[in-house]
Amino acid sequence: MRKNTRSVLLAALCAACAAVLWATYNYSVAADCDAGIQSVAEVAAGKVGGKGLADAHMDQWKRRNPVRSKDWVAEEKERHKIQPPADNSYLLKGEQGKGHSYGQYTELDILTWSRETEKMVVEGSRIFHSATELGSTVAVSCDMCHPDAANTHPETYPKFQAQMGRVALLRDMINWCIEHPVRGKRFEADDPKMRALEAYIFAQRKGTPLNYGKH
Amino acid sequence: MKPRHKSVETRYMEERQAFFDDLKKLDRRSFLKVSAAALGITAANGLVAPTSFQPVKLAYGATPEGGEKSFRFAYISDSHLYEKDVNDRFARSLMRAVDDVNRLEPQPDFVFYGGDLAQLGQAAELELGAQILKNLKVPLKIMVGEHDWYLDMGEKWQALFGKPTESWDHKGVHFVKLLSVIEEDFWTARGMKPMERMQTVAGLDNGVQKPFTVGPDQRAWLKKDLEKLADDAPVVVFSHSPLYKIYKNWNFWTDDADEVQAILKRFKNVTVIHGHTHQMLTNRIGNIHFHGLLATAWPWPYAPEGMPELTVQMTRPDPFNPQDGCGDGEVCVYSDGMVDKIHNFWNRNPVTVTRAYMSSRGRQSGPAKPNRPAY
Repeated sequence: MRKNTRSVLLAALCAACAAVLWATYNYSVAADCDAGIQSVAEVAAGKVGGKGLADAHMDQWKRRNPVRSKDWVAEEKERHKIQPPADNSYLLKGEQGKGHSYGQYTELDILTWSRETEKMVVEGSRIFHSATELGSTVAVSCDMCHPDAANTHPETYPKFQAQMGRVALLRDMINWCIEHPVRGKRFEADDPKMRALEAYIFAQRKGTPLNYGKH
Repeated sequence: MKPRHKSVETRYMEERQAFFDDLKKLDRRSFLKVSAAALGITAANGLVAPTSFQPVKLAYGATPEGGEKSFRFAYISDSHLYEKDVNDRFARSLMRAVDDVNRLEPQPDFVFYGGDLAQLGQAAELELGAQILKNLKVPLKIMVGEHDWYLDMGEKWQALFGKPTESWDHKGVHFVKLLSVIEEDFWTARGMKPMERMQTVAGLDNGVQKPFTVGPDQRAWLKKDLEKLADDAPVVVFSHSPLYKIYKNWNFWTDDADEVQAILKRFKNVTVIHGHTHQMLTNRIGNIHFHGLLATAWPWPYAPEGMPELTVQMTRPDPFNPQDGCGDGEVCVYSDGMVDKIHNFWNRNPVTVTRAYMSSRGRQSGPAKPNRPAY
């Protein structure tokens, strides 16, 4: 076959492919608008283009994270007693801002720290008190044995737990409880829910001296 | 077909049963003789102890502290049942307690259930509870807990079990059962649906709910009910919440406890038995003696404040040991209105809080101290 004929055929093939892709994309956008939600798996199977994929992911996230009330932090704080984070307003007094690289602290800094920290603790409280969030198969939540996170003694970890055959961290005990009394699936160490649970449990023991290894 | 020979276990169990049957017929003095002899025999045979446990009460009749032992009843409390297919564990625990009570020999006069049969007050939960409790061989007396009440405000519970407040006499002792978990309306203003209201009350550390009360109506009823009794009449009161104030945040608390105590004050001895706290809890205010009940569902930690002086805490529950800190128990009632309170821990030795301990204000015969105190 002559070289230029081959080029023409190749170009035609490319054009055909592009046309098909274009049509598919247009069709899929239309389909997405008409049919509404598509599962991420369907999207991944190549039925829709990039925008569709992003939408499907967003949609899945929304399904897993139902819209919370605007005041969910205030509401949770009304339901359950939450220890407040440390007060850092002392940093605004005196010759603050000298001799360190952070520069001048502002009220906004102090507010941001405490608001963000507390929000994570409040989220932990929400999960701690919810069998659904914990993934319990027997409708059991942490607060049923540990009201206000009592008797969780996070200050005693790490300690050797013969029953686990190793040194346990707080998160290991949390996972033990999730697997046994709660009968759910353990959380990864960096799962946002695990981080929030740890935050809440530590916060509730504010002021207790650390005493690792205590049985 | 009859087995040709008895196994070692069968023979052992028969001997043990005979041993205990004989013991029951003895008074205290001859019991000491017999047990010394038994000890001698076992020692001579190179054995350790005849049994792995010791019976809690053997001597019947007059006691050194005065007052006749009249009768005993068993208790079960706080099962927090979900529907069967939601959670089988709590149902199994209640069944275990029913088996325990049915195995008591001789059988107690009645069984007292301390409230919180259901977790969310749902018809199916209460019905499941009623179905399990039907297997008891002796009559049942049952009290309301907040978990039974706040979905339909007691409609289903009353249909199944009758009145939430009542009194009766049994072998010369006057019994009173109160509904002590009345909360002021916090739900209407918030527009809560019945299930939201129930779930709010079901959260021990939920601060949206209100403190428990007995309320003016029942207090008036109680006053009238006790009117006819002499000051030295033996009185036993059942209330789901402790009829005193420990810790408001968890409703280990009855808001009008002082008013109720004022009504009970004139009696020489009053025993108040309460559920709700899921732990060994003992208190004495004047001549009113308070005893908490163990739960079958789960144990609570001790409250961070307000702990009564007489309370000897139970050893903190072991999370690796399912059902540790849970159990049921018995109450031996004396003719003077005081009781021996026996906590039958499922995974531990039983503990008795004796009337001698109560009447001596903790100086005599105290229960064993915990070997793992709370953190």
